[in-house]
Amino acid sequence: MAGVRVLVGTRKGAFILTSDEGRQKWDVQGPLFAGWELYHLKGSPVNPERIYASQSMGWFGQTMQRSDDGGKTWDTVGNEFIYDGVPGTHQWYDGTDHPWEFTRVWHLEPSLSDPDTVYAGVEDAALFKSTDGGMTWSELSGLRTHATADGWMPGAGGLCLHSIVIDPTNHDRMYVAISAAGTFRTEDGGKTWRPSNTGLASEHIPDPDADVGHCVHRIAMHPSRPQTLYMQKHWDIMRSDDGANSWYEVSGNVPSDFGFPIQVHSHEPETIYVVPITSDMEHYPPEGKLRVYRSRTGGNEWEPLTNGLPQEHCYVNVLRDAMSADELESCGIYFGTTGGDVYVSPDGGDHWHAIVNNLPAVMSVEVQTLP
Amino acid sequence: MIRVVLPQGLRTLANVSREVQVEIQGEVTQRSVLDALETAHPALKGTMRDHQTQLRRPFIRFFACEQDLSHDLPDDPLPDEVVSGREPYLVVGAIAGGLLPPVRSETS
Repeated sequence: MAGVRVLVGTRKGAFILTSDEGRQKWDVQGPLFAGWELYHLKGSPVNPERIYASQSMGWFGQTMQRSDDGGKTWDTVGNEFIYDGVPGTHQWYDGTDHPWEFTRVWHLEPSLSDPDTVYAGVEDAALFKSTDGGMTWSELSGLRTHATADGWMPGAGGLCLHSIVIDPTNHDRMYVAISAAGTFRTEDGGKTWRPSNTGLASEHIPDPDADVGHCVHRIAMHPSRPQTLYMQKHWDIMRSDDGANSWYEVSGNVPSDFGFPIQVHSHEPETIYVVPITSDMEHYPPEGKLRVYRSRTGGNEWEPLTNGLPQEHCYVNVLRDAMSADELESCGIYFGTTGGDVYVSPDGGDHWHAIVNNLPAVMSVEVQTLP
Repeated sequence: MIRVVLPQGLRTLANVSREVQVEIQGEVTQRSVLDALETAHPALKGTMRDHQTQLRRPFIRFFACEQDLSHDLPDDPLPDEVVSGREPYLVVGAIAGGLLPPVRSETS
């Protein structure tokens, strides 16, 4: 019987939520790795039993976990993330030069073809790759040594590489996003990169349409349309139809175009979801109403989805990796909040209910669709 | 046998109880104890000392016999009480809580 497994990373451990295809009754396991920050967990699309997890804590730094049985048991794997060569400096918050220093893994992106290959986006921004199931990691240093990199500066969360999107028709083509440097594209598996920010406009940098310096929060793609990319930026919801050569704004009628996640419906490549947040200073929904906004037109025209979501006194945030979609016939949409609630809509956003409440602040939500 | 007391986070990581024991061949120093600990429990590599520099992580402290040894040289001999097993060597998470400076602890 088909079902789903939702991997939830929180500030104080991981949780695994499972259900059948009805998605009404849930089994909640956890906390796994109690007390540790789980920035991200993600399963291999080739072998869903293979799951990678980024586990860190201020005292002890970064560790990595791998499961080969769908999260029942875990093994500690390699945690040595060493920048290539002499790392040099990037721009610090105050505009001074600051040495590159590894802090943590923000995002894990398993290969589309090999369960032993996985990419890791890290802070300070760099892309690492493992081809041995996470035991060892090598930097794809063409990104961090790009000619523009000494001018990259951290967003409020740090100089983090948080989004990795692999083109399913050409695995050597990948897109990454860095806060606050922008989007970059490679055509050769990560050896060389080019900034892909044409069309973005950001008021927090001296030249609003500069090649780099944009605080991209999240990028998303539907696998059937790899040339179309969606972006939630620090402000603005953006779209590209030419593989990130150029972007145009599709914020339309959302109450705020500030937010973090952006998600594409699994079966409808023009149906996308965002969670508007009041502002860069007020990280909670406008009017205290938790509303997911859905566009069925690939942007510009948005409708609020509220059925089952709190519509008063709600002041939580939804972080960039905390939204996901399953691939069941009736596409389920999931998100988690900094208030520790995980919501699901089994019908593409029309009706929502909480799977679980009062977890630690949710940092990531990934769903696996099981046969 | 050298007795080593670990903080909660490292106990769960290494799947051990509060106190573990390691055997040291040769001089008993902080370096030799931590080396033996990491050999016995590879999951702990990089969590107490930086992989490359082998320097103590900023929010980790090392205590023994009511003394803070965090700033002692890693090859200094440990007290006789630790060598004999009468007193444990303590790996401690700093009371500061392991939080990075506030400007970097936001997730935005």
